Amino acid sequence: MKKLMTGNEAIARGAFEAGIHYAAAYPGTPSTEILENIARFKEIIAEWAPNEKVAVESAVGACYAGARTLAAMKHVGLNVAADPFFTMGYTGVNGGMVLISADDPGLHSSQNEQDNRYYAKMAKVAMLEPSNSQECKDMVIKAMEISEKYDVLVMIRMTTRLCHSKSLVEEGERKEVPIKPYVKNQPKYNVSPANAKQLHLVVEKKLDELRKFSNETDLNYIEWNDKKIGVISAGVAYQYAKEVFGENASYFKVGFTFPLPIEKIRKFAQEVETLYVIEELEPFMEEQIKAAGISCIGKERIPITWELNPDIVKRAIFGTENDTIEYDRSLVAGRPPTLCAGCPHRAFYYQLSKKKDTMITGDIGCYTLGGAPPLNAMDTVVCMGASVSMAHGAKKVFEMNNDKKRVVATIGDSTFFHSGMTSLLDVVFNNGNTITCILDNRITAMTGHQDNPGTGYTLQGEDAKIVEIEPIVKALGIKHVRTINPLNQKETKEALDWAYSLDEPSVIISRYPCALKKYTKYDLEEFGPLEGYCYVDQDLCIGCKKCVSTGCPAIHFLKPIKKSSINKVQCVGCELCLQVCPVKAIKVGE
Amino acid sequence: MKNTKNILLVGVGGQGTILVSKILSTGLVEAGYDVKMSEIHGMAQRGGSVSTQVRYGEKVYSPIIGLGEADILVSFETMETLRWLDHLKPEGIVVINDYEIPSAPILMGKVEYPEGIIEMIQEKAETRVIKAGDIAEEIGNPKVMNVVLLGALVKSMNLMDIDWEEVIKASVKEEFVDMNIKAFRAGVESVAYEEVKS
Repeated sequence: MKKLMTGNEAIARGAFEAGIHYAAAYPGTPSTEILENIARFKEIIAEWAPNEKVAVESAVGACYAGARTLAAMKHVGLNVAADPFFTMGYTGVNGGMVLISADDPGLHSSQNEQDNRYYAKMAKVAMLEPSNSQECKDMVIKAMEISEKYDVLVMIRMTTRLCHSKSLVEEGERKEVPIKPYVKNQPKYNVSPANAKQLHLVVEKKLDELRKFSNETDLNYIEWNDKKIGVISAGVAYQYAKEVFGENASYFKVGFTFPLPIEKIRKFAQEVETLYVIEELEPFMEEQIKAAGISCIGKERIPITWELNPDIVKRAIFGTENDTIEYDRSLVAGRPPTLCAGCPHRAFYYQLSKKKDTMITGDIGCYTLGGAPPLNAMDTVVCMGASVSMAHGAKKVFEMNNDKKRVVATIGDSTFFHSGMTSLLDVVFNNGNTITCILDNRITAMTGHQDNPGTGYTLQGEDAKIVEIEPIVKALGIKHVRTINPLNQKETKEALDWAYSLDEPSVIISRYPCALKKYTKYDLEEFGPLEGYCYVDQDLCIGCKKCVSTGCPAIHFLKPIKKSSINKVQCVGCELCLQVCPVKAIKVGE
Repeated sequence: MKNTKNILLVGVGGQGTILVSKILSTGLVEAGYDVKMSEIHGMAQRGGSVSTQVRYGEKVYSPIIGLGEADILVSFETMETLRWLDHLKPEGIVVINDYEIPSAPILMGKVEYPEGIIEMIQEKAETRVIKAGDIAEEIGNPKVMNVVLLGALVKSMNLMDIDWEEVIKASVKEEFVDMNIKAFRAGVESVAYEEVKS
């Protein structure tokens, strides 16, 4: 029987059935669950890498060593891994290799909306785009065949909607593929300039073969209906087009999107009256189709920004909308995401937010929400690891400009391992003077609690060496390091005052587990269970809203009586509010 | 496609919409439908507004439900109903949980929780109000509120031919099976027969 699977689960199933031996990734929404699901198959070595570049490089090593390999990441992860990715375009493979890029149209959980299909074209890498979970599974298997037949890396371009929506998948058996022998082959695997110069010629030849393949493969197929309208589409946008046009259009469904099947498209175009290209984000196919002298309508109608859906396609093409119920939407209050009740980041940012004349650089993780009201304790967010290096550059310029402003970088534990360490080295090496705060909540929290080098467990939950942050920081050359418990506000304030008093770079490690984390034996040993709850003695409450200013979602200010109250179910007893209350109206419950 | 049915579940991160959509889609697949389900993970989960979309029929293309397309809107939280009401067909059904979770701006005293939502929605659409929180409390665990709403949903969509209790048994841990089945039955009973759409 067919099974309902998310696109991510189907990619994992495809990896299993395709006989993949080795898989690596760094967590990132929307791709995280690919490796989590691959980890269930004991036939595959599956690993969390500290970052995407490391994941791709380890997969490349495994591929050269003869294994079928997979690396998965979110779109911006490929920016981190772009270096090995581009070179793989030149060297090709030994065992087959597939790279999954999960783009995020609509920015559900990302800092930009980049369209990674251009990466495939730029790196001269073959690309597949599935449009449902069945295709996700089938295309991993197909990618392995293409990769080994044409000696190329294959990229599968996913999007959030594919990764996280479920549709039916027919499961198959695993095809065991022997690991290929490794033969030393410097002209292929050692891209010294002389070798790479020759490889570039080889790549162009491979692309010619792939163009031929693209025009012949049934991954690119036509569905003939009425010929007044022709639609070229790929990915989940194809499903939206089917929803909107139904049987009233003919379709060119592109599954192999780089190199594009231009000749096959040309023939299709000749048969239809009006040709639309319906694709999410950039005009990737449209540009190439127009460049080939084929006239079509694309981004003149279909928006270039944000995620598509059938409504948007329908409005863009036909100018019609469904009937809806009329009502006053302004009545709805916003419901932005917030730091959870008991989140140790809140306690840290609460103290940091009190510092005057400070620039706070932030990073990527749950703690990015420290920049949201009411804490507002983050000036910048750019990319993974940027907080530490940006703080350094900013501080240098403030000093040059005789500005006494202090610069504080805030970065999570997993993000520090990902790319914060090299940034901190920059601070030390170039005589910087920043305060780096590593918010170590003992887990990669935002993506759903993945283990990292600091937690003591592998992807499969097996024991791993615990890498401690404090010795790393010291080894990088930081002299002034303090580890604190952020839930202790006195300790946190003292640590920040101490760091501000120094004239050399310092590091504060704010160490306390995520409030949602299932405590490990190490956590229980170090922190004990977080228990209990707090309540407001309303006879004592003066309605000053200090507790409300922490932004804790368990605290509700009751306007009619001008008193605070705490939701007992949500409260985890972190006691931050108890420490900020000026009249001791908040007490620990029995 | 015309024969595709659209179910929209909305609520607040942590209310258990995911378990309900899992049970729902499993049951629909076993009944032989083509099913697509869509939900968004990541940042929105942290106390934000969440939605799960389930589409079923002979052949389903898009995994998402557009404006004015939902046959039923099941809202786990009162105010969230208003956020998503524009996705309901004008002749669609609203199952609304009489259960308020104030959002951050409300908690901070910046804005008030809107009043009279239920009355307003009752004027606009065919509406069933369920105090799933109270029902779950009576059963003994506030967390099974989600399965109470599942009961009301499948009854409202006239999907009682499917053996939901079997699906529930296969979907929750053994120690919670009885409680969830009680919750499911209570949800089914909360919808009267004459309210069931054919």
